[in-house]
Amino acid sequence: MSSHADTAHHHYTTTGLEHRKLAIWAFIGSECMLFASLISTYLIYKGRSIVGPFPHTEWVNEAGQVFKPILDIPVTSASTFVLLMSSLAMVLALQAVQLKDTPLPAGANWWTRIQRSSQTWLLATALLGMTFLGFQAYEFTSFVHEGLTIKTNLFGSTFFTLTGFHGAHVTAGVLWLFTLLWIDRTRGLGPKDELIVDIAALYWHFVDVVWIAIFTLVYLIQ
Amino acid sequence: MATIAAPSLASAGDAYAENSGIWSWITTVDHKRIGTLYLWTALFFFLVGGFEAVLIRTQLAQPNMGFVSADTYNQLFTMHGTTMVFLAIMPLSAAFFNYLIPLQLGARDVAFPRLNAFSYWVYLFGGIFITVPILFKVAPDGGWFGYAPLTTTQFSAGINIDFWVLGLQILGVSSLAAAFNFITTVINMRAPGMTLMRMPMFTWMSFVVQFLVILAFPVITIALFFLMMDRFFGTQFYAIAAGADPLLWQHLFWVFGHPEVYILILPAFGLVSEVLPTFSKKPLFGYNVMVYSGIMIGTLGFGVWAHHMFAVGMGAVADSIFSLMTMLIAIPTGVKIFNWIATMWSGEIRFTVPMKFAIALIGMFTIGGISGVMHSSPPADLQQTDSYFIVAHFHYVLFGGSIMGIFAGIYFYFPKMTGRFLDTTLGNWHFWLNFIGFNLAFFPMHFSGLLGMPRRIYTYDAGQGWDLFNLTSTIGTYILVVATSIFVWNFLRSRTRGAVAGNDPWGAATLEWSIPSPPPEYNFAQIPEVTSRYPLWDLKDPAKTAGIEHSHADAMTITDAHAVPMHEETERHTAKSLGIPMPFPTAKPFFTALAMCAMIGGLLVMRTGNMGLALAVMIGSAALMVGGLYSWLTSPLE
Repeated sequence: MSSHADTAHHHYTTTGLEHRKLAIWAFIGSECMLFASLISTYLIYKGRSIVGPFPHTEWVNEAGQVFKPILDIPVTSASTFVLLMSSLAMVLALQAVQLKDTPLPAGANWWTRIQRSSQTWLLATALLGMTFLGFQAYEFTSFVHEGLTIKTNLFGSTFFTLTGFHGAHVTAGVLWLFTLLWIDRTRGLGPKDELIVDIAALYWHFVDVVWIAIFTLVYLIQ
Repeated sequence: MATIAAPSLASAGDAYAENSGIWSWITTVDHKRIGTLYLWTALFFFLVGGFEAVLIRTQLAQPNMGFVSADTYNQLFTMHGTTMVFLAIMPLSAAFFNYLIPLQLGARDVAFPRLNAFSYWVYLFGGIFITVPILFKVAPDGGWFGYAPLTTTQFSAGINIDFWVLGLQILGVSSLAAAFNFITTVINMRAPGMTLMRMPMFTWMSFVVQFLVILAFPVITIALFFLMMDRFFGTQFYAIAAGADPLLWQHLFWVFGHPEVYILILPAFGLVSEVLPTFSKKPLFGYNVMVYSGIMIGTLGFGVWAHHMFAVGMGAVADSIFSLMTMLIAIPTGVKIFNWIATMWSGEIRFTVPMKFAIALIGMFTIGGISGVMHSSPPADLQQTDSYFIVAHFHYVLFGGSIMGIFAGIYFYFPKMTGRFLDTTLGNWHFWLNFIGFNLAFFPMHFSGLLGMPRRIYTYDAGQGWDLFNLTSTIGTYILVVATSIFVWNFLRSRTRGAVAGNDPWGAATLEWSIPSPPPEYNFAQIPEVTSRYPLWDLKDPAKTAGIEHSHADAMTITDAHAVPMHEETERHTAKSLGIPMPFPTAKPFFTALAMCAMIGGLLVMRTGNMGLALAVMIGSAALMVGGLYSWLTSPLE
């Protein structure tokens, strides 16, 4: 309770937790079922496409045209790394907000100073998220050029829908982060705002975890 | 009935005087007023769905009738099912969630009052969206289960299914938003001393239902999203020619659809669990086991979906597992039935109208439950599936169960909501005609089903032994029309002319009865402190609860300065005079909901062939929705 005692609208709650903290957990639970349905469908349809291009194998069409396996694992590994790093930046952003009112120790070096800058870390998280989205845009465009669209085969339908759903979640997260950044720039985020950064962070980490599942099940396992 | 002008009502009128007019309803964030909106809207849709049933039964009254065409018939049975499930029973339960959960918990509102308003408006707009097409004979016609690939463009090219796909998607948002809200409310807004195992049984069952909603609705969201992608953007999720699995939709739909059955019935179970102890003057028998069996029903409910699919040939192993799981679920359900009976056993029973409906639920639901156990066995199910036997079964569960329970709830809580009783004489007429009409309508379907009459056919030939059963079903339906008309008349009339009810007209046990009827906007002038499951009986009739575990008030840690021991509130103030901060009324949820529905509905514009316009509508509405959300989230609640 003590950490929330100074918020403007202090209400008694049974658990001592803020309502929004509980609600975001319920929301994440619900989202698990959303992605479970998408991923299950992808796995059920794996290998059932009648025509190519295929994710992990070559395909030759009737005209003798050769299509290479379409997934580019090195490139996606890079984008996965970027997204994972964005979670690290998010953790640092939350820490910076929590420590906003704590005086810097005497003789703090540049790293300690930058660790206290919530704006830096919020911006870094958002930019890393946008980089991930850039990778995804590149991937989608190159697939279309190589002849795979949502209409081509079951792989195309399930792949684009699953990763597109995830991309939409990242996009919403980026908007959320820029909103926090805007609040930080206009009135400053401090320990009293821990909750609103915390729920954004929970969402962001969740979206990140979902990507690890997608990367493993769609890209790595052949 | 004599009408008396009660002082408490006069002051209630004053308190609400500034809250009248349509704008006050559009901007309200009061859980009680939102509950009232849910109740009226859902009752309206209940009548719409009932009217569709009357047309269906008229067509089936005799062999080879030409009352409606086959096409119209498809639309009627689709919309009857869709309306009753998504627009009538679920929101009728939501009316009680809204009205009762905060009152039973000793709270002043739900956790997110504006999100609550948003849920209602999304429901209303979604309901209108999915219902209006029937006026133009382009209503959805693929069944309430919408089996793909039947509902893909290849087999259902018209705009009908588009309304269904998008409309259900909209309604799902409403249910999900409400569920996040109620989960938070129940976990976090209980009055001091109200431990989980002291919550009233209605709140408990509603709490379980919210978890079913947040775990089941995402699955149909995805199934509908696939179908939408197939229909509008040419994906191949349900395209058999491209190698798609013809059972994908059925699996996804029933993973949602079976928990949905418990979403429909558990709130009614909760309502009768409030009614039966009150009119038996005994605490609920086996409270703990009632809680556990509710949780058990909810949990097992996720493991039985494929019993809707025994006929598709899943193989012996899958059939056996799902059969076993289905039989298992009869155990916690049976526990509830026996606990209700044990609650009444040697009680001082008062046969009031709500009590009659509650007892009817026990009997009628048991019939539906037993026929359910019958087709949990795959060999038996193969004989019964897709026949009228199944129609009989699920109407005994949903009408005999859910609707009976909801009527029990309406008669029981009407005095709390309006300050007046529903008329008892009319109520008795309603009950008996409803009970007789219901059994006449649905019991013969067991026989016509076993004689081989398939579901969803729009007519049939004479001489198959079905004629008399069908005629009886139709007569039963007409009796239900009379019964329902009596109820509507009673409902409308008693609001202003019913006998005046005080705080606690039935001698009930839970917190909502300790405050005036209708409750003031702030609910509780002082947040009570709860020491047992039956706070009001502790206060008025301690002997009744002497055998039940209590905690001592002194030993409680009271974290809220307002916390006071349990007492009955008789005076009515305004929130302002008591210094209780109330949420500001706001229209932002209304407009955000409207923009969201326009965004989803905007896809329909694609059907005109004008992609530019469709994009403009969707992007424009999305921008309005996001703007509405920002404006809503950045403005203070109270």
